[in-house]
Amino acid sequence: MRYNALSILKQGLTGNKGWAPAWREPDPKPEYDIIIVGGGGHGLATAYYLSNKFGMKNIAVVEKGWIGSGNVGRNTTLIRSNYLLEGNQPFYELSMQLWEGLEQDFNYNAMVSQRGILNLYHSDSQRDAFARRGNAMHLTGSGGVMLSEAEIREKCPYLDFDNARFPIKGALWQQRGGTVRHDAVAWGFARGADMKGVDILQNCEVTGFQIDNGVCKGVETSRGTIRAKKVAVCVAGSSGRVMSMAGMRLPIESHVLQAFVSEGLKPTLPGVITFGAGHFYVSQSDKGGLVFGGDIDGYNTYAQRGNLPVVEDVCEGGMALMPMIGRARLLRMWGGLMDMSMDGSPFIDRTHIGGLYFNGGWCYGGFKATPASGFCYAHLLAKDAPHPVATQLRLDRFRRGAPIDEKGAGPQPNLH
Amino acid sequence: MIIKHPLLGPRDAAEFVYLGDANMIKRPEGFGENVEEAMYEHVYLRENPAGEHHELWYHEQGDRSWLVVTRNTLTHEISSVELARDVARRKGRSK
Ligand SMILES: Cc1cc2nc3c(=O)[nH]c(=O)nc-3n(C[C@H](O)[C@H](O)[C@H](O)COP(=O)(O)OP(=O)(O)OC[C@H]3O[C@@H](n4cnc5c(N)ncnc54)[C@H](O)[C@@H]3O)c2cc1C
Repeated sequence: MRYNALSILKQGLTGNKGWAPAWREPDPKPEYDIIIVGGGGHGLATAYYLSNKFGMKNIAVVEKGWIGSGNVGRNTTLIRSNYLLEGNQPFYELSMQLWEGLEQDFNYNAMVSQRGILNLYHSDSQRDAFARRGNAMHLTGSGGVMLSEAEIREKCPYLDFDNARFPIKGALWQQRGGTVRHDAVAWGFARGADMKGVDILQNCEVTGFQIDNGVCKGVETSRGTIRAKKVAVCVAGSSGRVMSMAGMRLPIESHVLQAFVSEGLKPTLPGVITFGAGHFYVSQSDKGGLVFGGDIDGYNTYAQRGNLPVVEDVCEGGMALMPMIGRARLLRMWGGLMDMSMDGSPFIDRTHIGGLYFNGGWCYGGFKATPASGFCYAHLLAKDAPHPVATQLRLDRFRRGAPIDEKGAGPQPNLH
Repeated sequence: MIIKHPLLGPRDAAEFVYLGDANMIKRPEGFGENVEEAMYEHVYLRENPAGEHHELWYHEQGDRSWLVVTRNTLTHEISSVELARDVARRKGRSK
C-alpha cells in the first residue's frame, strides 16, 4: 500500500481500519540468493537497494531481535557530510544526497530535517583546521561556511561565548546537516524492501556459518539452517562476536556510547551544536527534548549500558557550552554498542571466505551513513565490485598501511 | 566500576586510562620470521570477546602502574586484577 494524502483522508473518514501492516512476517525459506545478517538501518537499507535499485531477488534479512532494536533505534540521529579525508568524504556526501531524496524514494515520512550543524571552534589552530575541513567539503560540493562569533551570537545567544577557558571564536556551519527520525528510517527501508519481496525474518539469531572449503554456503540460525549463495554480515556493535563464528579476528573493538534526552522545552536550538573544546553535542527533537551525548565510555563492552564518570563528563561539557542546560531535567539515558575500528572509519568489503561479506566498523557515526552504506553494500553484493565512493573502505587497509584516520589518533579505538 | 588495585586497594576506574586487549603484552620479535604479518596482527587485530576479557589499564592518576584486569564484557564484573609486570614475567618477558 502506497501512502499519500488521499489514503490518509480515506482512512481518516473510515475509522483508520484499513491500514495493513507495513511488512509481512514470513517463515524462513530453505535457501536464498542473498542473506543479510542484521536488521539494523544498514542491513535494511542494503535489502532495500538490492531489491529496488539493483534488481536482485530472493533476499532475506535475518535479525536476532526485532528490526530497529539495535543502534538504528538508539542513536542521536545526526546526519552530516563534513568529513576531511578522501576515503570518507565522497561516501558521506553520497549519503547526504540519498537522505535528501529518501522520503520520496521509499514513500515514508522519515522526518529528514536539514536544520544545519554548527561545529564551534575555540582557538586559532582549531579555526585553521576547520577552514581546511570546510575546503575539503567544497571539493565534494557539500557546502559549509565559516561563521564569525557575531553570526553565532545571533543564532544562539545563550551559548557561553566568554567562557574563561574556552571562549567561542567561530564555527564551521553545514546547512545541509541535521536530524532524521531514526526508527522511521528502519521502518521505511523495511517496508520498501518487503514490498519487493524481501523476507524480513525477526527473532532469528545467526548462531553459526556453514563454511565448506573456504566458501560460505549459508547460516545456522535459531529458526533452523538457511542456505545462501551470498551471506552479507551487517551487525554493527556485534561485529566481533558474529565474525568470530567465521573464525575471523577484526580490526574492531566493541565499546558503549551513552545518549541523553531532557524534558520537552520550547524551540531553542537552531540545529545541531557541537562543542569544540570537549566532547559534547546537542540537538532538539521535534517533541522539544534536548538530545545530547559525548564520548564513549572507553573500554570493551557488550553490555549496552555505561558508567557514571562519562555521564559527569558529558554534563560538564554541556555546562561549559550552554549553562542554561543545567536548568533542564534529564528524562532518560541509554547506551548502545559501538563497533569502534582502528582508524575510526568503516568497512564495506568481501572477506577471505568466499560468499561472505562484511559491513561494519561504523563507530558512533554510522546513522548518517545508513543510505550510502546500504547502497554501496548492495552494489558490492550485486556486482562483486566496490562502489566508486567506497573503494578505500577495505578490510586489508591496515595491512597495506593505508588507514583512513580522520583524527590521526592511531590504532587506539577509544580515541577515535 | 571499581578496580581492586593489587597494591593500593579499591580504586575508581576513572583514575585509570584504558589501553585494551592484554595480548598486546606479547609483542612479536622485531627480527623474527614473518615479522610484518605478525606486527600487523599484533597492532590491529583484536579478539573482542563477549564475555571474559583480559585487558590493560594504566593507573595514571595513581601509582602509574600497568594492570591486567580480567573483566566480563557482558556484565562489567571484574574477576581478577594483577600487576602487568607479573603477568609479563610469567610469559617470559621483561626479565
Ligand atoms: C547513543 C548513540 C548515539 C549515536 N549517535 C549517532 C549520530 O548522531 N549520528 C550518526 O551518524 N550515528 C550515530 N550513532 C551510530 C549509529 O547508530 C550506528 O553506527 C549505526 O546505527 C549502526 O548500523 P545499524 O543501524 O545497521 O546497526 P544496528 O541497528 O545495531 O543493527 C545491527 C543489528 O544486528 C543484529 N544482530 C546482532 N547479532 C546478530 C546475530 N547473531 N544474528 C542476527 N542479527 C544480529 C542486532 O540485533 C541489530 O539489530 C550513535 C550510536 C549510539 C549508540
